[in-house]
Amino acid sequence: MSKKIRIATTSLAGCFGCHMSFLDIDERIVELLEHVEFDRSPITDIKHCTDCDIGLVEGGLCNAENVHVLKEFRENCKILIAVGACAINGGVPAMRNHFTLKECLEEAYIHGVGVENPMIPNDVELPLLLSKVHPIHEVVHVDYYLPGCPPPADAFMKVLTDLLEGKEPSLPKEILHYD
Amino acid sequence: METQQNNTPNSSRRIAIDPITRVEGHGKITLLQDENNHITEARLHIVEFRGFEKFIQGRPYWEVSTFVQRLCGICPVSHHLAAAKAIDQLVGVDELTPTSLKLRQLLHFGQTLQSHALHFFHLSSPDLLFGFGSDVAKRNIVGVIEKYPDIAIKGVKLRKYGQQVIAAIAGKRVHGAAAIPGGMNKSLSKEERQALLADIADIKLWAREAVTMNEQIHVAHPEHHDFGRLNTSFLSLTGKNGELELYHGGLRAKSADGNTLFDHFDYRGYEEKIREEVRSWSYMKFPYFTEQGADNGWYRVGPLARVNNCDSISTPLAEEARLRFRAFAEGGFVQDTLAYHWARMIEALYCAESIELLLHDDDISGDDLVVTGEKRSEGVGVIEAPRGTLFHHYKIDEQGMIEKANLIVSTTSNNQAMNESVRSVANAYLDGNELTEGLLNHLEVAVRAYDPCLSCATHALGKMPLQIELVNTDGNLVDQLTKGSDGRIEHG
Repeated sequence: MSKKIRIATTSLAGCFGCHMSFLDIDERIVELLEHVEFDRSPITDIKHCTDCDIGLVEGGLCNAENVHVLKEFRENCKILIAVGACAINGGVPAMRNHFTLKECLEEAYIHGVGVENPMIPNDVELPLLLSKVHPIHEVVHVDYYLPGCPPPADAFMKVLTDLLEGKEPSLPKEILHYD
Repeated sequence: METQQNNTPNSSRRIAIDPITRVEGHGKITLLQDENNHITEARLHIVEFRGFEKFIQGRPYWEVSTFVQRLCGICPVSHHLAAAKAIDQLVGVDELTPTSLKLRQLLHFGQTLQSHALHFFHLSSPDLLFGFGSDVAKRNIVGVIEKYPDIAIKGVKLRKYGQQVIAAIAGKRVHGAAAIPGGMNKSLSKEERQALLADIADIKLWAREAVTMNEQIHVAHPEHHDFGRLNTSFLSLTGKNGELELYHGGLRAKSADGNTLFDHFDYRGYEEKIREEVRSWSYMKFPYFTEQGADNGWYRVGPLARVNNCDSISTPLAEEARLRFRAFAEGGFVQDTLAYHWARMIEALYCAESIELLLHDDDISGDDLVVTGEKRSEGVGVIEAPRGTLFHHYKIDEQGMIEKANLIVSTTSNNQAMNESVRSVANAYLDGNELTEGLLNHLEVAVRAYDPCLSCATHALGKMPLQIELVNTDGNLVDQLTKGSDGRIEHG
């Protein structure tokens, strides 16, 4: 086996469920690690991408920082994969698009139950929120879309195995889920 | 991104860890330092916002338990069930059938087992096995698989088992469908129970080993005892007899010295006991006990709170482990922040034992699944999620559409405590020292002990960039470190 395939992963405006589903490959991770290594990911302490073969992006874009991280992934990853409903369509977080951002903030921090010191957090440390939640393909080119909420573990394995073997990834019906 | 840019024009030094890793969620830390290089303030900022309370309005109540689980992919079942408990009340149901109650308990034991295993083995064990300041390239689950394959694989399989229990009941491992208003949508067949029972002996054994390992690590490292240690009140649900309870019970709060603040309190009245303060610098609110006030009323939740707060654990191996745990504090509460890990594994063992008991219970295969009642306009569901007490509160209109929603998510209750622990570690380890990657990881270790789920905490599904800045009282930045792509720390 030649050099290992280097994979970066991130969760933007997502719930980490896609990452959990990836970990649901269970002990097959040992076999996978013979062929791949992890770059920036919530499971390592590598904070920024280096040159990677594959980037897995979970979640859509809800603030400026999500956009920044997404661009870092696109710049450093040869193949970028939109993973799961939120990255592909915005998902549950995009339900806020039916309301204004102001309405959402006021509900949580002004009109909430038992709220003391009602105010909308506004410190410069907090990244600017986008007025709407966006799927990632609206900002960068996406090479592949892995559907599901979350995609099943077998779908992660199939896509990565195909790419490791230099094949165009494809999902058989049994593991092509949208729920 | 400098902290307090407006009043720190002469910033000279800044430290950033971004993103904090091996946690779930997105946040950052800023530190303030006085003229003696003493750290006077530490802030953990949660930087993501979702707006759940608003966008759920106008949706039918029966949808809620299905999509609130998308708040968190690690503890989706906890959100699913907290919402389900509130929805039971909306449809006028106060008591489930034995089959449905036991199925929900089993589901939640599976959830807690998998989440606890994930947190210890996949996320935190590298710090405890390799050292807080160990090689960044190895300080992750891949490093553990290479160096300690036996420990790592058992951890992977413990998590797998919890996920299999969930999948058997909810149809899939993440974001399945199980609870419906007033009950559950299916029971477990005898075959499904037998299949799960086949592995339970190993699961119990490995969970017990995990307890022993955590106990040994904690006891053997005196420096762990004071690491981010706080003296706090605790909040948790307990059962009728004060026993550890994860699915249902009354609220119990005890002060740091062991006095009861309230006990067996009906959680539907939580508004009376808990308020939440908003601060400008975090999207995560700061809950406190109303009676004690914002300054003194903060508390901790989660495994450390639960194992301290309860009078007993109903399963024998976990009870034995609890007694050893409490003996460590010689009569008082175990307040060591890093003992969260130890308590977490005691709970994992309790889950494994409880799963076995429930799988042997024929009620689990019953077919009496749903109770109906008279519709009501308000429901409050509370559960002990892996990370602590989780509140879901909904009001509906006459058409059954959500009018008002309020969530107090487990990690939110630990907000002040995480901030205090970070400050404590910063004072003890970073104060006056040349900052290195390994030292910065100490701050992450303190945050990790709480197993924060910051996507939950913003009612958002998110991520947690941790940034650290060292600023003196004049507002001058005194240190700035950035972590390179190889994990190395650079000044400037």
